[in-house]
Amino acid sequence: MSASETPAGPATFEFTADNLALAQRIIAKYPEGRQASAVMPLLDLAQRQHDNWLPRAAMDYVAGMLGMAPIRVYEVASFYTMYNLKPVGKHFVQVCTTTPCWLRGSDEVLAACKRKLGIGPGETTADGQFTVVEVECAGACVNAPVISLNDVYYEDLDGPSTEALLDTLIRGETPKPGPQNGRINSAPIGGPTTLTEMAQRNGVKPASQE
Amino acid sequence: MPKLTIDGIELEVAPGTSVLQACEQLGIEVPRFCYHEKLSVPANCRMCLVEMEKAPKPIASCAMPCGEGMVIKTDTDTVHKARKGVMEFLLINHPLDCPICDQGGECDLQDQAVGYGFDRGRYGEEKRAVKDKNLGPLIKTIMTRCIHCTRCIRFSDEIAGVSVMGATGRGEHMEIGTYVEAAVSSELSGNLVDVCPVGALTSKPYAFTARPWELRKTESVDVLDAVGSNIRIDTRGGEVLRILPRLNEAVNEEWISDKTRYAHDGLKRQRLDRPYIRENGKLRAASWEEALALTAAKLKGAAPEKIAAIAGDLADAESLLALKDLLGGMGVASLESRQDGSAIDAASRAGYIFNSTIAGIEQADQILLIGTNPRWEGALVNARIRKRYLQGGLTVTVLGPRVDLTFPIEHLGNDATLLNAIADGSHPYAETLKAAKKPLLILGSGALARPDGAAVWAAARAVAEACGLVREDWNGFNVLHRAASRVGALDLGFLPAKGGRDLAGILDGARKGEVEVVYLLGADEIDAQNFGRAFVIYQGHHGDRGAHRADVILPGAAYTEKNATYVNTEGRAQHTRQATFPVGEAREDWKIIRALSGALGKPLPYDTLQQLRKRLADANPVFAQVDRVTPAAWGAFGTAGAVAAAPFTLPVENFYMTDAISRASATMAECTEAFVSPAVAERTGTHG
Ligand code: SF4
Ligand code: FES
Ligand code: FES
Repeated sequence: MSASETPAGPATFEFTADNLALAQRIIAKYPEGRQASAVMPLLDLAQRQHDNWLPRAAMDYVAGMLGMAPIRVYEVASFYTMYNLKPVGKHFVQVCTTTPCWLRGSDEVLAACKRKLGIGPGETTADGQFTVVEVECAGACVNAPVISLNDVYYEDLDGPSTEALLDTLIRGETPKPGPQNGRINSAPIGGPTTLTEMAQRNGVKPASQE
Repeated sequence: MPKLTIDGIELEVAPGTSVLQACEQLGIEVPRFCYHEKLSVPANCRMCLVEMEKAPKPIASCAMPCGEGMVIKTDTDTVHKARKGVMEFLLINHPLDCPICDQGGECDLQDQAVGYGFDRGRYGEEKRAVKDKNLGPLIKTIMTRCIHCTRCIRFSDEIAGVSVMGATGRGEHMEIGTYVEAAVSSELSGNLVDVCPVGALTSKPYAFTARPWELRKTESVDVLDAVGSNIRIDTRGGEVLRILPRLNEAVNEEWISDKTRYAHDGLKRQRLDRPYIRENGKLRAASWEEALALTAAKLKGAAPEKIAAIAGDLADAESLLALKDLLGGMGVASLESRQDGSAIDAASRAGYIFNSTIAGIEQADQILLIGTNPRWEGALVNARIRKRYLQGGLTVTVLGPRVDLTFPIEHLGNDATLLNAIADGSHPYAETLKAAKKPLLILGSGALARPDGAAVWAAARAVAEACGLVREDWNGFNVLHRAASRVGALDLGFLPAKGGRDLAGILDGARKGEVEVVYLLGADEIDAQNFGRAFVIYQGHHGDRGAHRADVILPGAAYTEKNATYVNTEGRAQHTRQATFPVGEAREDWKIIRALSGALGKPLPYDTLQQLRKRLADANPVFAQVDRVTPAAWGAFGTAGAVAAAPFTLPVENFYMTDAISRASATMAECTEAFVSPAVAERTGTHG
């Protein structure tokens, strides 16, 4: 990996006043002389401030702030896949394709993305609205398959619900996060099968008893 | 002191010794890639696996400290199988392009594959390929060959002190490089080529030049600065093809500077390969007889007061002594070896050497740098200070221009009068020095070349005496010279004798016509236009500044072409060894002077190098103590007086070009272009 494979980005980068204050709070968490430990949260902060990607100027800025050699920051930023070293779409569609999601149909989810947006993993739409990437386990396997859209999870997807999700985004609306098949959080599909009275008291319909 | 058993042999080792080091003590060879004696231990290549009793699996011996009662086996089936496995994995992505690889014949991977490699590959998938990186004019990269040992990263971090190399990406996509594709800007960068165990980092100027088994190897000493780095000169057919470091823990450890390593292409350019005589303003080729006869006639024709000699920075002790014997015998008093105009003299040996020794830096806890940039004036001295800094508990304080060194500094300012203030205790830094256990000061050669150099010298002595730098068991007063010839010349007293002129006097005399003949023994750092109408004899090996002004040229030998003695800044006499013959009709320098003495009818009393070396040892016993430093007795030196308030200036503007050889080197010109010019442009705002 080298800088020549990524866009140059802006010449300079600086935290906004709010982010600077936050960065200082983060740095203060680490003992004196161990400030470099703050590199990961600071890179995350910089990425959030900068349209979800890290230009070289931002990495150099963080290096300067923490007194690290810039190469040490490039190493961290290029090691972790959640730092984007290239611009990504406004909607960053991270499709989990690790085994549980794959067994539950993540191929369908990716295919739906391709159908709807015309792009495959690692690509960005021409209008810069969408980037699709494959990610490893998003940690929500119980609701597999899963998309994490920027910071928000959309779960229990299949082809049509993925397309519906993307349609909502294309219309400029915000889809409802969480399971897309009517399930409540990670409760059983069709409603709870245990603690049914409590569920009823809370206004939730339990699964029909056979 | 843990006791352990290795392959049935019991031994006791110092605490902290690793199993690999213990094996080495027994002469048991353990293959390794990532482990390097002078670098930290990452234990990431796994080639050094050995078996340890009671451990469930083989252990990495480089990272395992010896423990009491350990039982280690290095020669079992398990060990061999494990190492073979590691080797097979390393070779999976290796291009196996040894026939076109410059490392071939001296490659750790090649050698160890002979012992642990499989005779065919079992890997049928696609191999990975890595884009080559641009690391500047000295280092060529073929990154697909890289085995990710991270030695280069650790070298630049730890020894060179420039954190530019790193590993970006992860897993199969991990790559070694600088990420930003910048040249490695360090005066020690060439050592990366040596630390890389494979052919990923190789020498760019040496690319596709020779195979190691074709080379003749000569152990010698570098003269392009005053450190006296130990080197190996590799030649083929009378041509110096490369220069490598030679281990000497006392001097350069196992590193050399980029100038030492790469300036040798300057040995092939602008050489004086035959005598010349100036006629009607133009130099014409001449024979030795003619040139010597003319030189002798000119020397005979002038009164001794009208003759002067100036020795240059690359002059060896043998020729210095021969010239001194010859001209001194004729009554010439104006001998000068300080062509930078330095005020230093031979009053007390302790006043002009690096008393603490270079290795002694490792004991210091407080270092005061006076008017010097050790990175450029003695790169290996600087590396030693960094080594000491990494051990912790060292403060480096700078009095002089603020320079970018490879360790943090405290800056006292750049006011030379502070020296007096520290000496008389009115500056608080005096207390810091006094409180230090092993304080040390390094006085730059540039600080002594000021008009008030003698006063600076005396003030530095006063600091040393007042602040406890000179004690029974410790002498922290150090002068860092730049000229390889300087200490030897001072040891021989190649200085104005009574009634003789010093540098300024010689130049002044030449301008006024009071000095009629000037003998330049490789003196190239003086603006030659200063010699007025004097008859200039130039003896040396390059058509540099001195030769341009010469009226007669006596072609001499460069340091790779002669057996000669040089005394480094510590006062350590060392011998260069002849690796190739002088070019054309050029001759070893002392022999030229010997021949001239014959032409003058006053033959010098030595005909062989042995006789001359005997005379050297008689002149000063330090020349008999080869490769050793004899502690010098403290004495008075310098001239007490007011130090001017003028700031110190640094004598080296361009590390890569400091002498006739490096100025002729194309590689050094490229380095200047890559590293020095951009910096100068930035400073002066003439960029772009
Ligand atoms: S380039 Fe050479 S020294 Fe650096 S990691 Fe690769 S093999 Fe090791
Ligand atoms: S596998 Fe997709 S969330 Fe765990
Ligand atoms: S030498 Fe021990 S792991 Fe590399």
